[in-house]
Amino acid sequence: MTASGTHGRWRWLMYLVLCLAVSFFLMPVYMMVVTALKDPAEISLDTAWQLPSVWNWASFADAWQAFLPKLRNSLILTVTASATSAMLGSLNGYVFAKWPFPGAKIVFALILFGMFIPYQAILIPLFGFIRAIGLYGTIWGLVVVHTVYGLPITTLIFRNYYTEIPDSLIEASALEGAGFFKIYRYVVFPLSLPGFVVVVIWQFTQIWNEFLFAVSLSNPASQPITVALAQLAGGEAVRWNLPMAGALLAALPTLLVYVVFGRYFVRGLLAGSVKG
Amino acid sequence: MRWRKHTNQIIGFLVVLPSILLIAVFVYGFIGRALWASLTDWGKDPSQALALNPVTRFIGLQNYRELFTGFIDGRFRQDMVSTVFFTVFFLAGCLLFGLLLAVLIDHKPRGEALFRGIFLFPFALSFVVTGTIWRWLLQPGGGVNALPTLVGLRPATFDWLTSRQQVWRFDWNDLPVIIGLLAALTLAAVAVVARRAQRRRRAVGFALASAAVLGLAVGVAPGWRPLPFPELHGFNLAFIGIIIAAVWQMAGYTMALYLAGLTGIPEELREAAVVEGANDWQLYTRIILPLMAPITLSAMIVLGHISLKIFDLVFAMAGPDNAWTDVPALLMFITTFRGNQFAKGAAIGMILLALVAMIIVPYLRSQLRKGVRE
Amino acid sequence: MNRPGSLFLAAALASLFVTAPARAQDKLEIFSWWAGDEGPALKALIDLYSKKYPGIQVINSTVTGGSGVNARAVLKTRMLGGDPPDSFQVHAGQELIGTWVVANRMEDLSELFNSEGWTTQFPKGLIALLSARNGIWSVPVNIHRSNVMWYVPANLKKWGVSPPKTLDEFLATCKTLQGKGVQHPLALGENWTYNHLWESVALGVLGPEDWSALWTGKLKFNDPKAVKVWATFAQVLDFANPDASGLSWQQATDRMLKGNAAFNVMGDWAAGYMATTLKLKPGEGFGWEASPGTGGVFMMLSDSFGLPKGVKHRDAALKWLRELGSKEGQDTFNPLKGSIAARLDSDLSKYNAYLQSAAKDWKTSKVVGSLAHGAVAPEAFASQFGTVMEIFLASKNAEAAANAAQAIADQVGLGK
Repeated sequence: MTASGTHGRWRWLMYLVLCLAVSFFLMPVYMMVVTALKDPAEISLDTAWQLPSVWNWASFADAWQAFLPKLRNSLILTVTASATSAMLGSLNGYVFAKWPFPGAKIVFALILFGMFIPYQAILIPLFGFIRAIGLYGTIWGLVVVHTVYGLPITTLIFRNYYTEIPDSLIEASALEGAGFFKIYRYVVFPLSLPGFVVVVIWQFTQIWNEFLFAVSLSNPASQPITVALAQLAGGEAVRWNLPMAGALLAALPTLLVYVVFGRYFVRGLLAGSVKG
Repeated sequence: MRWRKHTNQIIGFLVVLPSILLIAVFVYGFIGRALWASLTDWGKDPSQALALNPVTRFIGLQNYRELFTGFIDGRFRQDMVSTVFFTVFFLAGCLLFGLLLAVLIDHKPRGEALFRGIFLFPFALSFVVTGTIWRWLLQPGGGVNALPTLVGLRPATFDWLTSRQQVWRFDWNDLPVIIGLLAALTLAAVAVVARRAQRRRRAVGFALASAAVLGLAVGVAPGWRPLPFPELHGFNLAFIGIIIAAVWQMAGYTMALYLAGLTGIPEELREAAVVEGANDWQLYTRIILPLMAPITLSAMIVLGHISLKIFDLVFAMAGPDNAWTDVPALLMFITTFRGNQFAKGAAIGMILLALVAMIIVPYLRSQLRKGVRE
Repeated sequence: MNRPGSLFLAAALASLFVTAPARAQDKLEIFSWWAGDEGPALKALIDLYSKKYPGIQVINSTVTGGSGVNARAVLKTRMLGGDPPDSFQVHAGQELIGTWVVANRMEDLSELFNSEGWTTQFPKGLIALLSARNGIWSVPVNIHRSNVMWYVPANLKKWGVSPPKTLDEFLATCKTLQGKGVQHPLALGENWTYNHLWESVALGVLGPEDWSALWTGKLKFNDPKAVKVWATFAQVLDFANPDASGLSWQQATDRMLKGNAAFNVMGDWAAGYMATTLKLKPGEGFGWEASPGTGGVFMMLSDSFGLPKGVKHRDAALKWLRELGSKEGQDTFNPLKGSIAARLDSDLSKYNAYLQSAAKDWKTSKVVGSLAHGAVAPEAFASQFGTVMEIFLASKNAEAAANAAQAIADQVGLGK
């Protein structure tokens, strides 16, 4: 961006605003880390900003202990549901973008609407259904639920993404004799990486952090970590070091996903995923 | 080749069919159940509320009538008002802040990737985590209020989430008039836009509609009083803390959307503008911002639906019992699962859904009319 | 398949059948919202049970958070879906009766009470609260007292006042304390502590008979006697700290302990907080009195477990209930929880000084139920009482609050 780079006079202002923004964003993180490292007796309103006198790593150890058994559940749930909803979304998006059947527009709109329902409203019938199909209390019940409710957003993202692929590319393949699935496999799918990145990042974050379904549809053996995190902050006397440590640990995997895939994220958005 | 296209379309339909069926059950089926429940008296009779096979009576729209005009349900009405204010401020905050950050990063500062990462990271946290941290930060006795002491000033004394102050108060009975005026204004604005776009008939139509609504608002509405007593509602200052936390979480995502859009602007366009003598400010306001309109719209949709459904954040920050930070989704949860009023809770849910639909449906229609974009 | 292979398969299958009976374990699923500090008490009880019945696997389904709302959501979702846990924690009294018993979801435990002799081991007042429709519906594990006022004896001595016994004395003492520089003599915390304070004031104004009459519908909320409660409540609130909404209940108790306030009306879990977490000595580091005007009355709340109809492991659940009501069970659980046993023959040597004094009061006082903690009012009422409180706090209008309370009582059919 050559135009902007030459205005050296105001550059210091830009850095100043950026630094202010950074402090706004990092202030809570500082608070989290500092509180997590304090001994419970030291945590009080008056000394909130001060550094801990002794670095109490025990809260991280305790939180980790509470999490570890649930971590496996969360990983299985999130990875499976993200992958499944991404795959289905990709196929759906491909159909809606390249092979719209008569009435596809309306069907697409109806699917999309599913993204907007408040989940508390359908909790009771959902429970009855999951129980009726025998998946209550299992991780797979949650996988099904998250896959289904992830379909609208993944379909939307992929559909917008695939409309950027020129029709001529599709037609050329068709002329060479490729059918529906061959075109997907050899033309569309290889181009899909940024789309998958956007979808996986979104789904991973949503599912990893989701609480309502997690607490209602699981039993102790199949609970994800969001429920374990809530347990830390429960009870009548909340010792804030534990919930803070837990929150930090729980945020790490999603942050990891961001760090690893972050570069592709903006690129994926650029390709028109959620553009108007 | 046509038969090929048809075959592929049929295959396409079959591929999408499982999703259609799943959505039909999990979304529309369940909404139907909830809608039906909201039209019954499920929960009013304790002997039937949690029975194994509850027997309920059909009572039509009575739950809805109670919510909007019943004495006990003043909390719901305030929640509606609070949601409107929250949505407006949340959207404004995210869009402005996100745009600002995107523009700053667009100037390619050093350490750009680091800045981007820092601004985007709160999005990776769950609302529960964000709510927990900010709750701690906004406790009136410490946290943010203690910040000024770090530079030697006296601590701030704002009550944040526990504030009982309310500003911009209006009487619920004036609501029909207020809504009427706002609607008339909106219709008039659409008329003006249509006029500018040379769509005469549309402009006239909307202008007439605007005048009609204005007439109703001024003439008929004042006589229509939903409640037999005055009930004041307004903007609860306790929401300021929640807005800050929510913007903290989502501004980075908005920034990412705008950044993607900004990088999509061709270099030639920028250079052309510079050649024509535009300075930085003009470059952004005249050329780049208008190009960001579709992104703004998308962002408004995503943020808007998050804001209407907001639950986890408020629950974590203020708990279920803080009447001053109450939101409809939270009220629905408590009404259903603590008060056992399943029908009324379902009614609140349906109203929420209708609100969301009011925003989403026009957007979807405009999208579909444009057809498959290339 | 070759011969050795099929032989091996047959042997493996056979071994399965041989070991099958030992592997078929009975299960027990208990559902609660205890966690954090309360966890160890429940765990001790589970350990006791497991030692007695090693063949039963106990599944501890705890759902914490949101002051019990999450647990309620999960429980109700399951019950509506026809999948009840074998036993679930619920406040004894109307929270159970008004929600589950009237809906015909619980089994009558009268037989169990008779066979275990509990009808004589629990006070009559408690049995009355547990009963409805000729049945008894849950087994109380613990008893907490709601109407307690805490203070620091040394501080009161320093200020030259003694703990007030009536509401008039309380108001006068607070005035005196203000003169001595204690600006806000009463320490108060967030939302629900207001309800908690209100019920102590109400009990003090109305007395036990009229208090109970409110809940049977005999006394209306907008009866002049009941309206007076709100007026007195307003006077009491004048002496409370204005920043109450921002404090958790522990932080309010801390205020009292630090000397910023003189009195704190809170349930006796505060004793657990002060004795166990803060390591103060009962009687020296902190003192207690029945909240003003409620001497001789024990306003109780109790965590209890019932037996839902149609559970999968009914025998295991009955065994669990027997453990809960037994002397050993209650004396294992309660010292850790910081509450007293519901039984009258509890071994008091296991309890600290405060709990011993509370147990004595339990035997001798008149027992009434708490509103804020689910004993006397069904959920439909209790859940909306917050609205009444908000109306009062916003308007300070006793008539308005009383009318609102009565409106809600009518709506939910209180006392019918």
